[in-house]
Amino acid sequence: MDALLAYTVTGIFTGAAYAIAASGLVLTYSTTRVFNVAHGALGMLMAFVFWDFSVRQGLPSWLAFVLVVFVVAPLIGVFVQRVLARGLGEAPVGVGLVVTVGIFVGVIGLAQQIWPPAARPLNQFFNQSGTHIGSLFVTWHQILTIALSGVVAVGLYFLLTRTRVGASMRASVDNPELLQLYGGRPDVVAALAWAIGTSLAALAGILLAPIVGLDYYSLTLLVINAYAAAMLGKLKNLPLTFVGAMGLGLIQAYAVGYLPSDAAFSGLRAVVPTLFLFAVIVLMPQAQLRIGQVKGIVSAPVASLGRSVSFGGVLVFAVAVAVVFLSNSNILLLGTAATYAIVMLSLVLLTGYGGHVSLAQFSFAGVGALAYAKLDSPNLLGLLLAAVIAAFIGALVALPVLRLTGLYLALSTLAFGQLMDKLVFQDSHAFGFNGTLTAGRLSVLGIRFTDTGSYVVLMSIFFVLVAILLLALRRGQLGRVLVAMRDSQAGCATLGLDVRWLRVGLFAASAGIAGFAGALFAGLRGTIGAQDFQFFSSLLLVLVAVVWGVTSVTGAALGGMFLMLLPVLQSDNPSIAGLAFAVVGFGAVALGRDSNGLANRLFVIGRFLRDQAFEVVRSMPDLRGDQDLDAEPDLASDEREVTDHAAAASH
Amino acid sequence: MSVPILEVIDLHAAYGRIEVLRGVDLTVPKGAVVALLGPNGAGKSTLLKVISGQMKQTSGDVHLGGVHVQNPKPDELARLGLTTIPEGRSVFPNLTVEDNLLLVSYAGVPARDVMDTAYSYFPQLHQRRSQLAGTMSGGEQQMLAMARALASDPALLLLDELSMGLAPLIVDELYETVARIAQSGVSILVVEQFARTALRVSDYGAVMSGGRIVMTGEPNEIEKDMADMILGGVL
Repeated sequence: MDALLAYTVTGIFTGAAYAIAASGLVLTYSTTRVFNVAHGALGMLMAFVFWDFSVRQGLPSWLAFVLVVFVVAPLIGVFVQRVLARGLGEAPVGVGLVVTVGIFVGVIGLAQQIWPPAARPLNQFFNQSGTHIGSLFVTWHQILTIALSGVVAVGLYFLLTRTRVGASMRASVDNPELLQLYGGRPDVVAALAWAIGTSLAALAGILLAPIVGLDYYSLTLLVINAYAAAMLGKLKNLPLTFVGAMGLGLIQAYAVGYLPSDAAFSGLRAVVPTLFLFAVIVLMPQAQLRIGQVKGIVSAPVASLGRSVSFGGVLVFAVAVAVVFLSNSNILLLGTAATYAIVMLSLVLLTGYGGHVSLAQFSFAGVGALAYAKLDSPNLLGLLLAAVIAAFIGALVALPVLRLTGLYLALSTLAFGQLMDKLVFQDSHAFGFNGTLTAGRLSVLGIRFTDTGSYVVLMSIFFVLVAILLLALRRGQLGRVLVAMRDSQAGCATLGLDVRWLRVGLFAASAGIAGFAGALFAGLRGTIGAQDFQFFSSLLLVLVAVVWGVTSVTGAALGGMFLMLLPVLQSDNPSIAGLAFAVVGFGAVALGRDSNGLANRLFVIGRFLRDQAFEVVRSMPDLRGDQDLDAEPDLASDEREVTDHAAAASH
Repeated sequence: MSVPILEVIDLHAAYGRIEVLRGVDLTVPKGAVVALLGPNGAGKSTLLKVISGQMKQTSGDVHLGGVHVQNPKPDELARLGLTTIPEGRSVFPNLTVEDNLLLVSYAGVPARDVMDTAYSYFPQLHQRRSQLAGTMSGGEQQMLAMARALASDPALLLLDELSMGLAPLIVDELYETVARIAQSGVSILVVEQFARTALRVSDYGAVMSGGRIVMTGEPNEIEKDMADMILGGVL
């Protein structure tokens, strides 16, 4: 009985912290239509600031608390809304996701840069003291958290339903222009919502930090659990969000207490929130089509078959030459880049053409690698089977959310990524906890590519083949349907296109390509483990893909190189490891609005140079023509003629 | 003659490279109702957008109450007594009637007075005060919009296409409300395609075509000549 009570108190405490974080998320989403993936990361950042104020600077805890929650966090919230997330509400869902994932990664990088990894103990408020309720010891910290969640709940409810500012917060979602005509200020209202939202994230972060420890990832991911709670209220309903948060906290506490403690269940505990999120998303009612959102992006040019084949040939040749001169470790890096580039091709299909965001592409690659290693038939058939298995898993992820679009689909991939990360890959039937598997090098038609150099050339050939396939697809009818689906779901619906199965197919194909890349990677490395396919890398992948251009094959190739160089750069210069993340994250924030990315700018430069070259060629006869025209009227030309004659005469 | 509440002088405005207003001159005297008529694409709504601060002109001036306004923000104008009812239903569909009225108080009238005025003019709205505005009929939504025009006590009221998508009977009722607002001394500029309905409540009329005011005058003159003017222009 005492144990049950103890778990219940823990559950309510965690639930209260989730509730505080989740209500902040709901507030920002319901006023600006921006789903802030970085909500958890901001909470983590604020917890570090709190540590800095209270422990490193030695301020009293209460003062640090007030400073962070009421000064620093609101300011950061306003900054994020004004500068980083400006205008995202009207942008396509994918853009909003990419930009906020950019903030997420950037904030983690920033925190690592400012506060390098070290042990940072943080005490609970009131120095762990507490009181006895019956026979149970409850810390004041826990009571404070539970009380604060109540204050937040009542306060937010009052703000939103009983005040004019609250009414204009809800009004600004409907129609900000109209709100202006009423005399309201939508930008002020949005800034206020983000200020409060970030404060709540900070509050949750500070309250949770003493319990889970000051860690960049676990604190961030803990607040991600708030997503699950917020989903229960469909990101709008505050009371349901509170119910969801409390329920989640309790389930989690009971899972810790009552699930059998053998290995099979140990992973399960960590993914309770993820399963909860997945269940809520699956049970969500049909999403309504958003009408009047035809904001198609200008697509990057699609290369013709001839051009793509010749460029591909050049690429393979370049790799073949490079392999001869590079050292073995660098060849391995080149192979890694090829893997990343193929995974990015899967994003070109899914995000660039299809307009959906997947936050778990590396998990699919991991599935492919796992299948390849387990099948243990290192030939084309094994490779293909690995890709098919990954595609099948991709379809399984997309199936339950057949009815949902955009944000919910992306969040279900996020849940899937976490599930694979914490549960499946760690399982003893898969890679095992911190374990690895061995995989053989691929043999094609009996020829075994044991030499790393030739294997990497083979990988580059595969990259080119997949790229040519994708471009052919994009040029054809299916490609047009995909782009139509991306630009206007409502338009497709009125044309009678059933886009749901197409979406599942698209997801499967994309996961298949990623799995294919993963299988190739397994063959390249020989030994692979769960740490090669971490969930966080998938986020980086999306960001890098968008920065370099997710609508073009060139962007994928450049992005693959970049993503390979990033960890190399970080391990060469550990002092700026965090900064590198921050640069990628905030780079994506800056460039995320144009998903054609840097590659498209290169195309523009390329076209400009080509046009210039043509201009020179074309202007040559023109110049002569100009001279002829000039020659007639003026005297100077007569003189020139004379000198010309003179020159001719001297010959 | 007193200073006109609105004076537009040689106003030009463009969407990108497409010029929509090509030198508009228009005056609304204090306390008068002016009907702005004209065919689709004449630039009527664009003119209202510039006056209400939603769009920037490329050249020309707008004087409100004798004051030259430069780059105004729509929310500032709204709080200074310019009430704009834009095209379509100008209510917030996901807010209740009462929340909608609460937001009217940004115009400077206490929320209690706003609701008193609204409910006394339109008792129907009182019955529906906790219903979402989007779930009401088109006529009721427009009623709510008119309640805002009434209750916000504006110095100048801009009305854009009140009749859009409504039954003629309801349009007549709405214009009766406009006449009532006009009697309380509010200056009104009303944009309308149904000329006859609008002219009935107006003191002056102006016809716009091709981005210019092509005709101004008393309502009966306008009604007589407008068809010739516009059709003549086409033929």
